[in-house]
Formats: sequence, C-alpha cells, structure tokens
Amino acid sequence: MSRLVIKAADGQRVADGLYGDLERRLASAPPGLCPVDLALSFVTVCQAQSCGKCVPCRVGLGQLANLLRDLLDGKASMCTLDLIEQTAATIYDSADCAIGYDAARMVLSNLKAYRTDYIEHAAKRRCLGSFQAPVPCRELCPADVDVPGYIALIAEGRYADAVRLIRKDNPFPVACGYICEHPCESKCRRNLLDDAVNIRGLKRYAVDNAGKVPVPACAPATGKTVAVIGGGPSGLTAAYFLALMGHKVTVFERRKKLGGMLRYGIPAYRFPRELLDRDIEAILSTGIEVRYECNVGTDVAFEDLVKEYDCVYISAGAHTGSKARIEGEDLKGVISAVELLKGIGDGEYPDFTGKTVAVIGGGNVAMDATRTSVRLGASKVYCVYRRRQVDMTALPEEVEGAIAEGAELLTLKAPVRIEGDAEGKAAALWVKPQLSGLLDESGRPSPVNADLPEERIPVDLVIVAVGQKIETAIFEKAGLPVTKGALAAMATGQIFANGKIFAGGDCATNPATAIRAVAGGKVAAANIDNYLGYHHEIGVDVEIPAARAESKPRRGRINTSERLAGERKQDFTCIEIGMTEEGALTEASRCLRCDHYGCGALKGGRINKW
Amino acid sequence: MVNVTINGKPISVQEGSTILQAANAAGIVVPTLCYAKELNEIGACRVCVVEVEGLDRLATACNTPVADGMVIHTDSPRARKARRANVQLILSQHDCLCPTCVRSGNCALQELSNDLNILEVPFKSEINKGHWDRTVPLIRNESKCIKCMRCIQTCDKIQSLGIWDLAGTGGRTTVDVSHNRVIKEADCTFCGQCITRCPVGALQERDDTQKVFAALENPDVITVVQVAPAVRSAWAEYAGVTHEFATPKRMAAALRRLGFDYVFDTNFTADLTIMEEGSEFVDRFTNRENYLWPMFTSCCPGWVRFLKSQYPELTPNLSTAKSPQQMFGALAKSFFAEKLGVDPHKIFCVSVMPCTAKKAECELPTMKDACGDPDVDVVITTREFTRMLRARSIFPGALPEEDFDSPLGTGTGAAVIFGATGGVMDAALRSAYYLVTGKNPPADAFKAVRGMKGWKEATFNVPGAGDVRVAVTSGLGNTRRLIEAMKRGEVEYDFVEVMACPGGCAGGGGQPITEGYELAEERNDVLWRLDRESKLRFSHENPDVQALYAQYLEKPLGHKSHHLLHTDHCAWTMPQKVK
Repeated sequence: MSRLVIKAADGQRVADGLYGDLERRLASAPPGLCPVDLALSFVTVCQAQSCGKCVPCRVGLGQLANLLRDLLDGKASMCTLDLIEQTAATIYDSADCAIGYDAARMVLSNLKAYRTDYIEHAAKRRCLGSFQAPVPCRELCPADVDVPGYIALIAEGRYADAVRLIRKDNPFPVACGYICEHPCESKCRRNLLDDAVNIRGLKRYAVDNAGKVPVPACAPATGKTVAVIGGGPSGLTAAYFLALMGHKVTVFERRKKLGGMLRYGIPAYRFPRELLDRDIEAILSTGIEVRYECNVGTDVAFEDLVKEYDCVYISAGAHTGSKARIEGEDLKGVISAVELLKGIGDGEYPDFTGKTVAVIGGGNVAMDATRTSVRLGASKVYCVYRRRQVDMTALPEEVEGAIAEGAELLTLKAPVRIEGDAEGKAAALWVKPQLSGLLDESGRPSPVNADLPEERIPVDLVIVAVGQKIETAIFEKAGLPVTKGALAAMATGQIFANGKIFAGGDCATNPATAIRAVAGGKVAAANIDNYLGYHHEIGVDVEIPAARAESKPRRGRINTSERLAGERKQDFTCIEIGMTEEGALTEASRCLRCDHYGCGALKGGRINKW
Repeated sequence: MVNVTINGKPISVQEGSTILQAANAAGIVVPTLCYAKELNEIGACRVCVVEVEGLDRLATACNTPVADGMVIHTDSPRARKARRANVQLILSQHDCLCPTCVRSGNCALQELSNDLNILEVPFKSEINKGHWDRTVPLIRNESKCIKCMRCIQTCDKIQSLGIWDLAGTGGRTTVDVSHNRVIKEADCTFCGQCITRCPVGALQERDDTQKVFAALENPDVITVVQVAPAVRSAWAEYAGVTHEFATPKRMAAALRRLGFDYVFDTNFTADLTIMEEGSEFVDRFTNRENYLWPMFTSCCPGWVRFLKSQYPELTPNLSTAKSPQQMFGALAKSFFAEKLGVDPHKIFCVSVMPCTAKKAECELPTMKDACGDPDVDVVITTREFTRMLRARSIFPGALPEEDFDSPLGTGTGAAVIFGATGGVMDAALRSAYYLVTGKNPPADAFKAVRGMKGWKEATFNVPGAGDVRVAVTSGLGNTRRLIEAMKRGEVEYDFVEVMACPGGCAGGGGQPITEGYELAEERNDVLWRLDRESKLRFSHENPDVQALYAQYLEKPLGHKSHHLLHTDHCAWTMPQKVK
C-alpha cells in the first residue's frame, strides 16, 4: 500500500457544477417566497451535507425538517413553533462542526426575521407568501420599464419603437442605456441557465441605433401649472409626463444646464454630454419651460412657488459633499468629489498634471473622482479605503476600470488626518492600517484598527468622496418635514396628505440611482395629475412581438467592451464600446420572455398604461 | 397567412394564430384542460403540449403562435407521454372520488383522463382537504382544485373583483381568496361566474337540495315554488331536448312532479317589479331634483353587492324596489297566505334561480317583511333543480305541458325577458311609456337595449316626459368601466340596468355548465322568442297583477307596496352584516 496518493482533481466536477447552478438559482430567487418552505429546503440540503457523525446534525436536522413540513402542511400548532426553535437552538449549541451549527443558525435567523409567516402557518394554517415577480426584470426596475417588450423589439430591429416603449415609463432611455445600474438584471430568470441578459447593453444598442425619435403629442392643455424644482432625472421625468398630460410645467434649474447628477455627477467618459442632451432635447420638446440659473430660495422664494402654482414638485437632488470628518479637511488642496465633478459638468476641467492625488472613499463617486483625476493628468492616483476591495460599494467593473487605468487602491487604510505644509496646503494623508473584523448585520465585515503604526502618504491633492447630503434648509424653513436628512415624502410622492407639494429623487430618498430618481418623477407625475383632478393615462401604441417558440440553449452572455485602458485614460471620450448588431441580436435572443412564459402568462406580463 | 404542417398535413392560417387554433382549423384535436378561450391561455396544465421540429422542448398549443414553415406533431410519442404524465400528476393531487362529485359526468378532467385511457396513477396520492366556510353560497373544494386558474382570470378579467388569487408559493401554491382573506370577509358578490368556468368540481354552489326535499316530505308544510325567467332557457339542457320542446309549461310539470304544492312563476313578480320600479322611475324623473342620478335597477343581487362594496356612496341610486324573487316571497307569505287562510309560518317558499347570489339575497336581514320569517326560505340554482329532477327520475323528455298555478303564476312577455341582458330596461320602458302617455308604445320600440354587447346605451323620447337616456350593462368589469366613466363625467344617464353576469341571468352563475361553451346568447334568444310569442307583452297588462293591486296592494308605491315590495339597501353593509 502506498503511503500517499495524489488527490484526483476533477472527481467533484459534476457536483461542483450543480452547486454552481444552485448558487445562481438561489441568487436570482424572486422575492415573496414562503420563508418556511425555504427554511425546509435549506435544512434538507444542509442535512444532505452532514457527515453523519454527530447526533444534532444527523438526526436533529431531519427532525427539524419534519417539524417544518408539519407546519407547512397545516398539521402544527404554536407548540410546534416552540419545538422548532428549541431544536434549532440545540443544534446550534451542540453540533460539532459548522455543517450542523451553521444550518441551525440559518433556521434561527429565518425564524426571527419571518416570525409572522411562521405564526400564520401555525395559527391559521395559511401562507403569507406570494410569488411577487412574474416578470423579474420589470418588477425590479423601479420605473417598471417593459424590459421583455423592448428586448423583443430590438430582436426585430425596431429600435425606434424600443425607445418609444421605454419612454412610456422612463424619458431617459439614452441615459439609462449608458449608466443605469440595471437592477433589472439582478434576478433575471436567465441566471438559472447561465447568466443574466445584458439588458443595459441592449438598451444602449437600441438608443445608439434608433435615430431621432419624436415624443408623443401632449394631451389638450388643462390650464394647470406645476413648478418643478431641480432639472435632474427626477424633475425632468415628472415634467415630461406632466407636460404629456397637458399641464403647464416650469422647471427651476439652479445651474447653467439641465441634467442634474447625470451632468454634474457622472463624468463624460461614462456618459457623453451630447448623448445626455438627446434625452433632454426630447423631454423639452413637450413644451416645458425652463428657468436656468434660478435658485429657489434666493432668486425666487419657495413660498411664492407654492402660492403661484397649482402644484410643486421638489426634486432638488443631493449636491453637497459629505465631510470625511478628519483633521486637516479645510486645508487648501482638499476638495470634495461633488465639487470637482460639478465644475467639470460646466466644462471647467482643472489641471492635475504631475500631481499626486488621494481619493477617500469606496463608492461609485470615489471611482468617478479617481478615474477623472487620472484623466486630468495626475501622475499618481490613490484610492484610499478603510475596508477591503470586495467590500467597496462601487460596481466591481468601475473598480477594475480604475485599476486598469493606473490608479492604485490602498485598502484597509482608514484616513486619520491630512497634514498641511507651511502654506496651508495639503501635503500628506495619514492613514491607520485596518484589520477586517466581525460581520455586521448586513454581512459586511467592520474594519478595526490593526496593530500597526499609522502611515504617511505624501500627496498634493485630497479628494473626499464619502457621500452626499441634501440641502434641506429652505424646505425645513417652509415647514416641510425632514427625516434622516431627506424630505419626508409619502410613497405617493406627496409631502402632506392632500397637499399640493410633492417631492422625489435624491432629495427624498438620499443619494440613489438615476433610475430610482426617474421612478420618483413618474410616481409623482401620476399622483400630481390625480391631485389636479385628472386621470390622464400614459400608454404607447407599440405592438410588442409575440414570444416565438424557440429553443433557449445555455449560452454565454454578450458583454459590451471598453477602449484600451492606456488609450482611454488620456481623454474624456466614452470608454464603453457598444454591442455589434450580431452581438445585440444574439443577446436579445437570450431573453426568456417571462412576460409570456411562466407566471407572466397568468398575472399579465405587461402594464400597458399607467 | 403563414404555412405550417401539422401531423403531416400542410395548412395555411392567419398570422398570429396559436398552434391550437391552427390545429382546430385543420380538424385536428389537441386535448386541453386549463385552456379557456380568450380568458385563460396560460399553459398551466401542460396537457396541450405538442412537438415542434427544431425545438429542444415541447411547446403548448394553446398559447404558442405559429411561425411560417413550422412543422408540428400534436400526437408524437414524446407529446403523448408528456401529456399523459401531466394528467397523471394532476390526478395525483385530485380527489378522484368521482361518484360523489357534483361534476361527475360533466368534468373536463374526468373526460380527459378517460380519453387518454389513464387507468392508473403511478404517483403517491397527495390530497389536500383544505378549509372552507360551507355556510356561504360559494363552496370551494380544495381537494378537487387542479389550479387551472380560470377562476382567478374570471374574477379579474370579467368581474374586475379579484376575489381569487394564488396563495402560498412553491409546491404548496394553491388558489384561495385573495389578500389572505376568508370568503366571508371578502367583497365577493357570489355571482358564481367562477363556478361556471371551473372545469372540475372545485367550485360549486352550496347544495340546498336536501333542505327542499325535507320540506317537500313534511306534511305540515305548504311548499310554494317560484321559478325565475332565465331558468326556462336552460333547465333541460342536460336532458338533450330542444329549447322548443323544453317549454315553460313542461318545466311547471317537472316542478309539480317534485311535489311542490303550488308551482308559481317569478315572471308574475317581474311584472310587479316593473309596475313598482317603472312608477318609481317616472316619479323620480318628474321630480328630478330630489334624487341622485342615474337610477339603477336593483333586481340583480350580485350587482347590489358589487355596488355596496365598490361604490357604497352610490347605493341611494338603486331603485328601492325589491327583486322579483323577494317580492314573490313577501307576497307568498302575506297576500297568498291570507288568500289560503293559513298561517304564513307554515309556508315554505322555494326559488329556482339561475343565480348563486340569490342564495345570499334571501338571507339578508332586511328580507323578512311578510311575517318575520325570511320571505324566501331556500334558493336553489338551475343546476340544483336539475339534480333534484335526476334524483327523482323525472325526465324532461317524458313530461306533458301543464299550467302554472294561480294567482302568482302569470307573466307577460315583458317579464320573461328579465332573464336577458337589456330585458328589464326594455320592459320598464314599455310600461313607463304607458304610465306617462297613457298609450302603449310598439312592443319592440326599445330594441336598442337588447343584444350581447357588454355596455349598451340609447336615448328614447317619451312624449310628455322628454328624452330618457338609458344604459344597459352586464358583467361587473363592464359595470365598473361604466361607473368610472360616469364618475369622470364622460357619460350621463337617467336609468341604468346592471346584471352582474355577462349576458344577464341567462348566463347566470347558477345555470347549467357546458365545458368550453358560453350559452348566454343562445338562452337570451330563447327568452326574446318567448316574449315575441306572448299574447301580453306589457307588464301593466298582466291581469293578475291588476287584480292584486285592486284586491290588496291598492296602487304602485302605495303603503302596502312600500312595506312588502320595497327595501332599504342602506340597512346592511358589505360584507353582509346589519348596520
């Protein structure tokens, strides 16, 4: 007998493949499923993983499964609930290894989070679960954009119709084609097979190839007036739909141009200005009046708007950079990312040639500041973050893009102070090395100070990108409620019940995504219309191609590509290269048409009008 | 047109057709189960699966559109295997105690399983009994439900009430009252449209036949039966006789064979309803400013329940006239009891109705006006009536024609059309015209309100009163659209007839079920024919109604009428409780 043998490398290949499939399946599970049923399924999988040595895991998990099954089958009482809890606690306390005790932890946390569901099963023999996402992409789009609809149109080469269909819910098809964070893709049912459909990439292909698409005609004038404060994605969305409904809309824009964070936050290399102008031009073609460089609060009183207009929509955004709250933040050479990007939005590009820049933060804005600094000629750009790279909230492709363009990540370094030179200029950033710590409630590890000395990073400029705040002062003064730094609007966008003031977008949600802002504008437009005593419906006369009978073999997702890092980092031209026609048509064919197949057929895969 | 090949047969069909439509056009049958034309084309049961060349998996015929050049095999071994296995899976969760099922012999699953020669099920039987409050008129048997979802679609799309929904998730997903309510708490109108579209015995009316048999067998009880207009259009469908053979008089004979002491006709009180409601309309119309407009008909209890739960603020718009069923009950236990000289408490009043909501109507706390007992004791549907006939071996084909009893057994042509959409309006206008002008209009003057359209409108000039703007709607989805348009000021009417069931009572939720067919229109035709063939076509010309006023009620809207024939719709709330 040999003393040792080499372990076979691929003995587990098929099983691992199935685990991978299961992982994708779980990750794209629709919301609303019965938590008790899921707990039972988890426990069964966990038990299958048991080595069988210890009692709590080998027997306990099986008995736990029986109890959960009784609960689901209406054969249990409140006593069963107690027994489930006690048994899970016993397994957690006494299982020998993580296979057992972590399974019990999952059951306990599930029971804690969904106790109402458990009680409903025990006491009323009913289930509170419901399948909430017949069409997951549309459901997860905050603005309810008809994703399967426009993908079907793209598959037929009807790009202008795709744009018209998108505009039914979202007047920023171009912006969203380029920079949407695409929550629609996260639960795409295609994940079960291979990978989500590249929805955002397909939308970009449609807007790139649609040509100029005119907007629909406005409804007859109602004579009602609406003031919109702030011409960002939320304000312009509300303005667009309200104008289509026949109301007279005036947008009060503080800056020289419209677009809000799409212009003054997102760098041009991600979203070229001339493309933003295409969306804005279409929106304004509905006859919206704009008062540029008109600051509500100084140039015109908020109270006057409330008096003079039939309705007011506040969509002022979140445009003040948060402070890092460290010593030396007031030194020259320390700027906020928001200020930097704001200036660039008006075409004021500072020169960072030869400078060393440290960007503080790990979110998307930090990446924008980092990659912008590279393009402004900085000789060295550090991105300083107190957690690990995987913990960054920025999209992974943004982080990787920054690295490829030569930026360096300094992770697990908590900024402690900025050292100034004799002239009061920033000279160095001091950081304290961190150790990845215990997981917090969201499952992200909290960093703790490592037992290592502080480090000095010599710099010329420090850019702070640790979040944005909302300027709420003038609204608070007018008696509007503010919670957690944001205007407290109801789910309808209304501030006070039956009141004429509505709010939405970042100023009501705290900094969020463009598509959330659009959704806020859409919701407000509908409810403002009702408030004004109307019921205009927004629809579109685009016929959606019926789902074709076709095979859907497993196939790789088609991604957009980027210009070479060495070339793209020299300029502010768009870095992304869209799909080819061949790529777009192939990718469009990957869509599983959940509007037609599965629960979509029953629940209606489409909202024709809103 | 696109060209496809089905089972080797080349055919050409309209673009956008489904495989099922294409196959049917070619005379090829594809078995279906959950499919209901234009209502439920969702591919839930996977019985209509077919093989399409070039596709890696099977496709459902009911909702897959054909494409040019498609080569389809509806009966390939692969399709057959899957179809059979899916039916066996459905059967594994279906309570197959067919002999005691209300739909035995009229069950889509039973027929399909027989057709596919399924003689055993290889899977473990998993019957879920479920829980249901069996005191309500609408009964759901979880153990029979095959989750075809037709009931959900019916209530969503046709009735706009969304009473049904999926409940739970995963393998335990089932159908239940939406929003986790129980049926008693829900705003269900008990229209029964879901029952008539259920392919199996999962939905049925509460069976009240045993209560009727018990009363018939009790020598101390005087049994009085009334039969609604629409019942005569459908009562013998199951027996395979023609409409022409299944006359109202044969129906009267059938009821008499069951042992009822008095066989009367709701047509009588339909004429009476016209007298009361027509007079009420004329009164409201000539004193416009005192009333809310339009006036709504009140004879359909499904509609009344709908209005009271969806638009309670419009309840005063309802005519205060009771429905013909309730007028009949009130008269049976007052006028008729007095005429017989018996204690009204001894009278057991049964209605045969095309309707399940009538079961709830007779239980209303406000419907006890004659002697304190419920005016109507038991309502049975047309389906229960036919079950009673079968139970007593009474065959419609072998019955002679017999007259209804007197005095509550006469009706005019204007009464019989109560069972058809537009009929109440037509009848009311015929008599209202007379009440205002003193002259009869031509009996077919108001034809514009007839027909199967879900929302009809017309304006008629009544000399001396002016233009009367009327609307007629059937189906609660159509009704909701009408009311919403009314509320938005887009339409304005004086008088609106509403029937909860599409096509009116002829398509009622208590009518016989023929899988795959909506028979409301055919039955409407029967009723309009009976009207045409009637000697009397105006309610005010019903001699027994005239005599009733002369001997007992005095005049329409008089004191006695007010007590017996009118009701306060605001005295109870939805879900059904006393205020």
